[in-house]
Amino acid sequence: MSELNYQHEVRGYLTGFGLALLLTLVPFALTVWGGFGSVTTFVVLGGCALAQFVVQLRFFLHIDLRRQKREDLQLILFSILLLVIMAGGTIWIVGNLGMRMM
Amino acid sequence: MIPDQLTHWLLGRFGVSSLPILPAIENPTTSELVAAGAALAVILGAIGGIAFITWLGAWRTLWRDWLTSTDHKRIGIMYVVLALVMMARGVLEGAVMRTQQAFGLNGGFLTPEHFSELFSTHGTIMIFFVAMPLIIGLANYIVPLQIGARDMSFPVMNQISLGLTATGAALVMISLLLGKFSTGGWTAYPPYTGYDFNPGPGPDYWIWSVALAGLGTTMSGINFAVTIFKERAPGMTLFRMPLFTWTVLCAAIIMVFALPPLTVATLMLAADRYLDFHFFTNDLGGNMMNYVNLFWLFGHPEVYLLVIPAYGVFSESIATFSGKRLYGYASLVYATMAIAVLSFTVWLHHFFTMGQSANVNIVFGIASMCIAVPTGVKIYDWMATIFRGRIRMTVPMIYALGFFYLFVIGGLTGVMLANPTISYQVHNTLFLVAHFHNVIIPGVVFGLLSGYHYWFPKAFGFRLHEGWGRLTALLWIFGFSFTFFPLYALGFMGMPRRSASYTDPAFEPLMLVAFFGAALIVSALGSIVIQLWVSVRERESLAVPLGDPWNGRTLEWATSSPPPHYNFAVLPQVEDRDDFADAKAKGRAYMEPDAYEDIVMPNNTSLGMIICVSSTLLGLALVFYIWWLAILATGVIAVAFIARTFVLSTTHVIPADVIAAEHRAWLAGVHAAGPITRDAETRSANHGLASLELPTLAGAER
Amino acid sequence: MKHPTLHPGLNLGPHHGEAHEDAETLAFGFWVFLMSDLIIFGLMFATYVTMANPMGLAGGPGPKDAYDLTSVFVQTMILLASSLTFGMASLAMRFERGRGPITFWLSVTLLLGLAFLSLEVRDFAHMIEIGAVPSRSGFLSAFWGLVPLHALHVAAGCLWIMIMMIQMRTFGMVPLVKTRILRLGLFWHFLDLIWIGIFTIVYLGALA
Repeated sequence: MSELNYQHEVRGYLTGFGLALLLTLVPFALTVWGGFGSVTTFVVLGGCALAQFVVQLRFFLHIDLRRQKREDLQLILFSILLLVIMAGGTIWIVGNLGMRMM
Repeated sequence: MIPDQLTHWLLGRFGVSSLPILPAIENPTTSELVAAGAALAVILGAIGGIAFITWLGAWRTLWRDWLTSTDHKRIGIMYVVLALVMMARGVLEGAVMRTQQAFGLNGGFLTPEHFSELFSTHGTIMIFFVAMPLIIGLANYIVPLQIGARDMSFPVMNQISLGLTATGAALVMISLLLGKFSTGGWTAYPPYTGYDFNPGPGPDYWIWSVALAGLGTTMSGINFAVTIFKERAPGMTLFRMPLFTWTVLCAAIIMVFALPPLTVATLMLAADRYLDFHFFTNDLGGNMMNYVNLFWLFGHPEVYLLVIPAYGVFSESIATFSGKRLYGYASLVYATMAIAVLSFTVWLHHFFTMGQSANVNIVFGIASMCIAVPTGVKIYDWMATIFRGRIRMTVPMIYALGFFYLFVIGGLTGVMLANPTISYQVHNTLFLVAHFHNVIIPGVVFGLLSGYHYWFPKAFGFRLHEGWGRLTALLWIFGFSFTFFPLYALGFMGMPRRSASYTDPAFEPLMLVAFFGAALIVSALGSIVIQLWVSVRERESLAVPLGDPWNGRTLEWATSSPPPHYNFAVLPQVEDRDDFADAKAKGRAYMEPDAYEDIVMPNNTSLGMIICVSSTLLGLALVFYIWWLAILATGVIAVAFIARTFVLSTTHVIPADVIAAEHRAWLAGVHAAGPITRDAETRSANHGLASLELPTLAGAER
Repeated sequence: MKHPTLHPGLNLGPHHGEAHEDAETLAFGFWVFLMSDLIIFGLMFATYVTMANPMGLAGGPGPKDAYDLTSVFVQTMILLASSLTFGMASLAMRFERGRGPITFWLSVTLLLGLAFLSLEVRDFAHMIEIGAVPSRSGFLSAFWGLVPLHALHVAAGCLWIMIMMIQMRTFGMVPLVKTRILRLGLFWHFLDLIWIGIFTIVYLGALA
């Protein structure tokens, strides 16, 4: 393994770290100093979290769109699909019940 | 005062009153005598088992060759044995409940509390400790053989899974002797099972038996998924896999993703009961509806997890006993996948009446109805497979035909129940009980029992007795019909489920019909035992050591019966779907390889047993609040696990010449034997070598 | 690096021979486990969301009373940094830099992990002090079911790091040790992924 390769991969981790740092600072800053409406805040919070999720998957866990890695991506996407069905379904159902009990 | 504190410290809340034998002496009612009789049966069964093993002088063998084995075949057999033992208890409990209701007009002989305990253990046992271990056992035995592998990907984890499942089963059995099991049904809804309303040990027994067994099942799921993805023989592409393997893969994916909700629900309930959390309590912001939601997030995929491998068994046995390639292989695979994914989208249909808005109900109602479509595809595929085949009416085919008729009825009542308006009408009645028994017995039980009959000769080298097998199958089919069809009518008439007695005399005649059916099912259970006994006694004339008694089509038949420890002397090179049928047709079966190689196999280990015993003690300690024992048992598990990671040499080598000798001996047997035609399949001439028969017209589709 | 990847996550590379090949099955199996664990966390999050309302709070201490955002911010930074340092340990292993650098980066990760845990325990102690305990309300039950579950995972990860440092010393960099560190890396990065959800949903979402 050549030295160049090592540097290259270290840079990958550092890039990921930098992006993740940014995507952490924004939501914290927004919550502490922000004066936006709650809808805007929630959208930004969710967006930053999703983006950081992708960044960490890409730079720390090496999941990307290259063809030979498609199967790995499919495993994760399938899990996330089920997670969305289960967690989203739970929030929907229990939330709906809660509203009808008010 | 001091001795009191000491006893309390040592034994927690365990006391003399925890022994169910005492109330039977003090107050000998029928209900108490039934409970005491069951406890006695467990004790006698255990003593009988111990005496039998001692009489055989088999303790060493049991420990060395079985309990510490990492061989997927041995583990599979142990799973099936566990399941059959538990099935005996589950069926008998069902029969006691039918008896109670048959004479339950204005009373009956059981107290309502005892009746509740019966339906709780019956449900818990049948789902978690009969259906699940039967499936995992069959899959354990067959899948590595079908994909041409030497073992599972993680043999030690496989052993731990078995240990944890056995722990759960042991806790349910022990609950007959010490304390009482839950009265909250197999679903254990809070707040009834919460501490405020049910402080006794019952719900704790349920929580720990289900939670520990559930962990074992999750690990099994991971193991099967990885094995099927990573251990297939060269040439075995995904779309060359036998259908049973496909169904196990889908079931494994369900295990991986559907068991976590169960873990979450049970541990939250435990947190409520032990640590005064408020997830599901009535007061302080708890929400018991979330439990129902979480439980069925597991519960619905679970029932598909049970039935999908049964579909796989039918796909194998119907193709084999019709002498044809499976019709519509790809559509069966896609239908299985569709069912597996859809199974995660329908859980709300178990609680349409909980109070959410109609829109929510509609979404889940439609999703539930959708599942009928891929299931229908499968039924037509199987019928097309039978069409103009070389059909033999053997035991698996009888089960399959019973399955067609009865399962379709069960499926259709499922479509009825998927309609929220109908669900409101028949909610909590015997209609529902009839429906889910109508899918689980003809679907899961028939499928797995036909698999037991189909693969038994592979595992033990002799066939099961055909006559007793046919009788068993017919007793199940008619027993089921007489027991559960009346319950549909009773449900419409308004008889609630889980009710020990009733006051309307109109229910009584149909209850008596169901009672007759239950007697038939108990006879079926007896018939299974007799069949096993007769088969063992006549094993010489039923022997099929050459390995292929049914003119099989898939790789598991391409090795001797029982298969050697390493499964295949040389890993097969797969060239076709139904590879063994193709190999026989093209004359590439039973060939001696150019060279034999050393084979590396995993070592035995006692880790699984250590975890099994410690987690059983852990469960008991938690049930009875014996905290020192709980800490000790947890410590033992952790230390054993970490110590195991320091063992580096976990494999041994089987030298090539040993393998060559064994393989050549088997091949010599094959070449010396006379192949038999399908007409002689169930006669003693069948030694497990099939003669090639020209496919029928419809079979020659390739 | 144009050689095929055998499994999701960082691959050791073909120059590691047996360890690289073994990792295919081992790492894949570990991923499947992580996905199963992901569902557990997901349902805990969903429960938290359904409890974060006046009914679930039941008049008990709410997010504003119970949470210390500064501490959460520091914890977030520490855990993110530990993910990076573990990445350095993984790269040192992949590029065969010897046991020294691997041990160094693992030790740094361990220290960061322990620092994270001690801050978290301090927060928990504060919450107990002000009466924000699970027996107070459904909302607090959901909090105490979720965040300590993550902490328990981090603690298990720390124990795992210690065991791996012992095994590196006793066995050297044998294939089994390498594949275990590889899986430990997946576990550690996964915990940071879960933490994104925790600081976003549990803390910031409830305070926003």
